[in-house]
Amino acid sequence: MTELTQVGDISDSAGERAVARRTVYVYQAPVRIWHWVNALCMVTLFVTGYLIATPPDSVTGEAYNHFQMGYIRFVHFAAGQTMAAMFLLRIYWAFMGNAHASQIFYIPFWRLDFWKGVLHEIRWYAFLEKYPKQYIGHNPLAHTMMFGVFTLGTLFMIVTGFALYSEGAGRESWQYKMFGWVFSIFPNSQDVHTYHHLGMWVLVSFTILHIYAAVREDIMSRQSIISSMISGERQFRDEDA
Amino acid sequence: MSVAETFYEVIRRQGITRRSFTKFCSLTAASMGLGATGAAKVAQALETKPRVPVIWMHGLECTCCSESFIRSAHPLVKDVVLSMISLDYDDTIMAAAGFQADAILKETREKYKGQYILAVEGNPPLNEGGMFCIDGGRPFVEKLKEMAADASAIIAWGACASWGCVQAAKPNPTQATPIDKVITDKPIIKVPGCPPIAEVMTGVVTFITTFGRLPELDRQGRPQMFYSQRIHDKCYRRPHFDAGQFVEQWDDENARQGRCLYKMGCKGPTTYNACSTVRWNNGVSFPIQSGHGCIGCSEDGFWDKGPFYERLSNINQFGVEANADKVGMAAAATVGVAVAAHAAITAVSRVKVKHDGKAPPKA
Repeated sequence: MTELTQVGDISDSAGERAVARRTVYVYQAPVRIWHWVNALCMVTLFVTGYLIATPPDSVTGEAYNHFQMGYIRFVHFAAGQTMAAMFLLRIYWAFMGNAHASQIFYIPFWRLDFWKGVLHEIRWYAFLEKYPKQYIGHNPLAHTMMFGVFTLGTLFMIVTGFALYSEGAGRESWQYKMFGWVFSIFPNSQDVHTYHHLGMWVLVSFTILHIYAAVREDIMSRQSIISSMISGERQFRDEDA
Repeated sequence: MSVAETFYEVIRRQGITRRSFTKFCSLTAASMGLGATGAAKVAQALETKPRVPVIWMHGLECTCCSESFIRSAHPLVKDVVLSMISLDYDDTIMAAAGFQADAILKETREKYKGQYILAVEGNPPLNEGGMFCIDGGRPFVEKLKEMAADASAIIAWGACASWGCVQAAKPNPTQATPIDKVITDKPIIKVPGCPPIAEVMTGVVTFITTFGRLPELDRQGRPQMFYSQRIHDKCYRRPHFDAGQFVEQWDDENARQGRCLYKMGCKGPTTYNACSTVRWNNGVSFPIQSGHGCIGCSEDGFWDKGPFYERLSNINQFGVEANADKVGMAAAATVGVAVAAHAAITAVSRVKVKHDGKAPPKA
């Protein structure tokens, strides 16, 4: 084992010394901005979406004094369209950004070591592995979840969301021209409502898992996860053995 | 019955005045959104074009489409429409019966090959070789295919012919099947509803006889002019929806105030039909105006998208009483509990085994 590298110029009065650790720049600024805007959109969409299906108690007085459902729906549509626009920019960045920027858009399906990695992560989460493996980007299990649940799930919600929006926007709208094909698959739009609603719960469940995994692995895998999405840098806390 | 006779000749012979005829043409043109010159076009066509032979067949159905059709609001309409077309065969309202009636089918097929319109009310059950609907001694599906082969176009009347309706609801024991799944080589126009609105039915017939072609259809094969908007889009209670004023209980103050029935399971937001504009019974009312939500009777599989009185549909795969919220909340709660348990186990194991700050040994 090598000696700890002492960083000479950072110290305090007690003579404590900081150690040099390996860091790598993973998440470029567009990815980080997208992540947090998207997170905000998702939470907004969860709340307003739930309220659209189950509206709050009726307001009293004359109808012309209120626009409660109107505002809830407006916020939902605004957040949804922001999310969709950000998703398009995110796809653009998958091509323009670094190698990690495209990770959530594909699965290296034919690579055996990828699936071995997935198995290792499952064993790690089942407490069957003593040591975690460290990855610069997403670990293989996270990679699978990101693509399979988040990316495909978001795409499904954007497509069904615009299809539902086209019902109000009308048959001549660009939304209907682009997304009306959804109603060829599900002729009764009540089904699209139901699946869009189930999709919300899939993404709520994803969010719970995502936050838990990020916090847990930040501690247990001895690498930065949460702050990486703020600074963009991933730091590995273990020294090279 | 000669097809050379025009519609106009027929109604004049029946004593209907030219004034009434012109009124009908204007009303019909307006309801189809044909614009200022539409009425003249309709009148000209009805005066000059020979009447179109129509065969009206009945499969598995309840005859509510026929009942609706003959109650067209304008007093003249039913006469007009029944005179407009040469309704050569309709087993529920025709005088002929038995072999006589069957002979008409054969005659029409031979005489007007490729020219007649086949209007189908109800649908064929395919299970057990179609034995659940016997018409004239043989399965209805055979008769349907036979008559469809020489038809110029097919009108699928009502939810049965268009989507399947109640007899096709789960588990659909007779395998009742909508017309477009049985006849795939003919233009089919769907006029769904249980029943369809009378004015919509006569409007469709008038369009076809006037212009000699089917009206513009939407993605699901329905005429755009009557099915391109939802009940919700033109509902007179819509302002209450936007304001957030809902009927919460059937007997509450909101119900008396005539507020939005969304929370009571109204399917107006997912139902494409003309009820909120054309209304029923000479424009008297429609379900929502009478204080009851729309049940979505013109939509695909509406019997299986219930309950009629709840906003969220049941998801049968997860049990009879489950809907998207119940399934989703159960899933999210399961994930939440699992995460909490996993975190607890992680914390315990972390306390037991202190990390030494070293990288794992290389394999």
